[in-house]
Amino acid sequence: MGLTGIQIFKLLPKTNCKECGVPTCLAFAMNLAAGKAELASCPYVSEETKAQLSEASAPPIRPLAIGSGENVLKIGGETVQFRHEKTFVNKPGFAILVSDAMPEAEIENRLKRFNGLRYDRVGLTLRPELIAIKNESGDPVKFEALVKKVKSETDAAMILMSEKIEALTAGVKASSDRVPLIYSVNEGNLETLAGLALEYKCPLTVKADNLEALSGLAEKLMAAGLKDLVLDPGYRTLRRAFEDQILIRRAALLHQNRSLGFPTITFPCEMTNDPMKEALIAATFVAKYAGIIVLSDFRGETLFPLLVERLNIYTDPQRPMMMQEGIYPIGNPGEDSPILVTVNFSLTYFIVSGEIEASRVSCWLLVMDTEGLSVLTAWAAGKFVGDAIGTFIKKSGIADKVKHRQVVIPGAVAVISGDLEEELGPDWKVQIGPREAAHLPAFLKMGN
Amino acid sequence: MPFEIPRITYTGTIKKVTLGKGPKAVTIGGETSYPLYLFEGEMPHPPRIAMEVYDAPPEDWPETVLEPFRDVVHDPVAWAKKCIEPFGAELIALQLVSTDPNGLNRTAEEAAETAKKVAASIDVPLIIWGSGNADKDGDVLRKVAEVCDGMNLIIGPIVEGNYKQVGAGAIGYGHTVIASSPIDINLAKQLNILLGNLGIPDSRIIVDPTTGGLGYGIEYTYSVMERDRMAALTQQDERLQFPIICNMAKEVWKTKEAKASDEEAPDLGNPQKRGVLMEAVTAVILLLAGADILVMRHPEAIQLVREMISDFMAK
Ligand code: SF4
Repeated sequence: MGLTGIQIFKLLPKTNCKECGVPTCLAFAMNLAAGKAELASCPYVSEETKAQLSEASAPPIRPLAIGSGENVLKIGGETVQFRHEKTFVNKPGFAILVSDAMPEAEIENRLKRFNGLRYDRVGLTLRPELIAIKNESGDPVKFEALVKKVKSETDAAMILMSEKIEALTAGVKASSDRVPLIYSVNEGNLETLAGLALEYKCPLTVKADNLEALSGLAEKLMAAGLKDLVLDPGYRTLRRAFEDQILIRRAALLHQNRSLGFPTITFPCEMTNDPMKEALIAATFVAKYAGIIVLSDFRGETLFPLLVERLNIYTDPQRPMMMQEGIYPIGNPGEDSPILVTVNFSLTYFIVSGEIEASRVSCWLLVMDTEGLSVLTAWAAGKFVGDAIGTFIKKSGIADKVKHRQVVIPGAVAVISGDLEEELGPDWKVQIGPREAAHLPAFLKMGN
Repeated sequence: MPFEIPRITYTGTIKKVTLGKGPKAVTIGGETSYPLYLFEGEMPHPPRIAMEVYDAPPEDWPETVLEPFRDVVHDPVAWAKKCIEPFGAELIALQLVSTDPNGLNRTAEEAAETAKKVAASIDVPLIIWGSGNADKDGDVLRKVAEVCDGMNLIIGPIVEGNYKQVGAGAIGYGHTVIASSPIDINLAKQLNILLGNLGIPDSRIIVDPTTGGLGYGIEYTYSVMERDRMAALTQQDERLQFPIICNMAKEVWKTKEAKASDEEAPDLGNPQKRGVLMEAVTAVILLLAGADILVMRHPEAIQLVREMISDFMAK
């Protein structure tokens, strides 16, 4: 993948006319290779060259989107096998299953859970994105009705699952503006479904029992003009399903295998009957390497750990997670409540706020912008020191919220208390807190 | 184009380490590929789970995980036995929490007596984990090594600040050491070199990368372990080819999400199942990153993770 600047240069007109904004064709080629220029800036490249270049510069795993509006799920687009090599970019979507053979009440409950289970964390809302709608009844009319219901009652990105072309056609027609994922193509229905997906511009799932057959089907669909495909390698045992996820990722990245260069869909819901175990199989696919994970159902206890795992694994390993600088009330603090100050590294924030909550003593937690560094690192870097903290406290506005003038600093930076007192002036008193967040409850309960 | 399996070349193997002695001794390590990549390598010794025992009744465990152990929390020997029967533990990890200078601050002598009593009454390998205070652990672990002469314990965490003190005793009295570094591959390697220079044979070293809990830094541990296995298996980094232990339970169960009751967090679902899953999901993530031993707590989480390991191994 990825041509070098020299390879691109060979395809350019070599007239150095400067219309692209740089002095030479070579400079333009280098910028293209580095992703710093767009091919369209050169008016003189031939159509043939354009095709050649865009083919070569296409991402190894096709990025695509399912759904519409606020809740568009982007999947694919990954460029590495291990997150430390760069980062994983597009989080796998979690789907809950509903079927047109389920009792009405069960469907209602699932939609309610889909709409209701949302969690706030580090300023983000963690939520499931997808509903997989299964045509178990075999009746296209029932299927269409359920698709319409899901569409009108949720913002879900949808997966339409049926073995009947009639049902899929009805479902797609009813929801094409929501850009649903069609499930799934096999040898038998390839042409019809390819036509449906092209007509309504929807992504299409390809399913086969082994990678060779999967890649063969994908190739046929690509030849038919389809671009947005999702792969379902058919195995439903943990060992083989895990293996296929790895091999597909590798084939796309290491062998530039275009016919496997698509995101995948996985079905923990078809791999066990135990919801707890299903969650663990899903946890495996969050890390290795699903684009979509279909769960039979979810509840707070299964969904929450998976959402947090997904957040963690897809965090950019180069950038520490940061909180916004500001005043965070923990519990219901009033004008006599203690003030604590800490850094904006989100792990620090989570641990400190968790311990304050555990103490059941309401507090004001001042979170200072230390560029995501932890207490000791920020102190060593000169960011979490007396004068800086003093300035921050004064402009934070905390003085208007409390009657007292006392602030608790982390025990690990006890040495700065003198400087901080000096910066804050004689009204203020600096108190040294415990070194470990775990000792905060005891410290706070002692009656600060 | 026929599909060709994209292979990568491995040049290294994880060293084998045998823990404990007698018929219940456990061997770990020996992997020749990335963790659980059994289509292209071997994992002759599947990952194992060590069950936690505290040397003093735990103060901050939520009800859901205290419940299975309520009758034994005052007696580490009875607790360890209960882990083995009925819970089927293949290893025990005795956490010497009571030696923490910020807590009960029990002496090295007391801790060593407890360790010896537990070791003498079980036949599975025994891991001894200090409080994490480097100075205190220096005293405590050295004393444990001496008092438990010849009992083939696994002793840690050994850090740069106390490795000489503890390492010497470990060699002399025939124990295995846990080399612990703060989520940093270079520091891990450095400590392994130091332990080698001290004369500790490779067959007596396992590595603790420092474990973050789910939602509280597990991604750092995950990536440092992946980098570690990559260096060991594909870059011939001989001083990183040691089995990995993750002391994970205490990280999971101290989080507010694992502890929260139904009333406190109705959206988080059933508190018992949620706690179990937070522990088991953490375990699965660490297995994928390359853990050879997981230190775990809740019997149901352990059962689930055992099933996952056997499904990964299934032909
Ligand atoms: S516009 Fe095209 S032809 Fe002109 S200098 Fe740039 S690359 Fe060369």
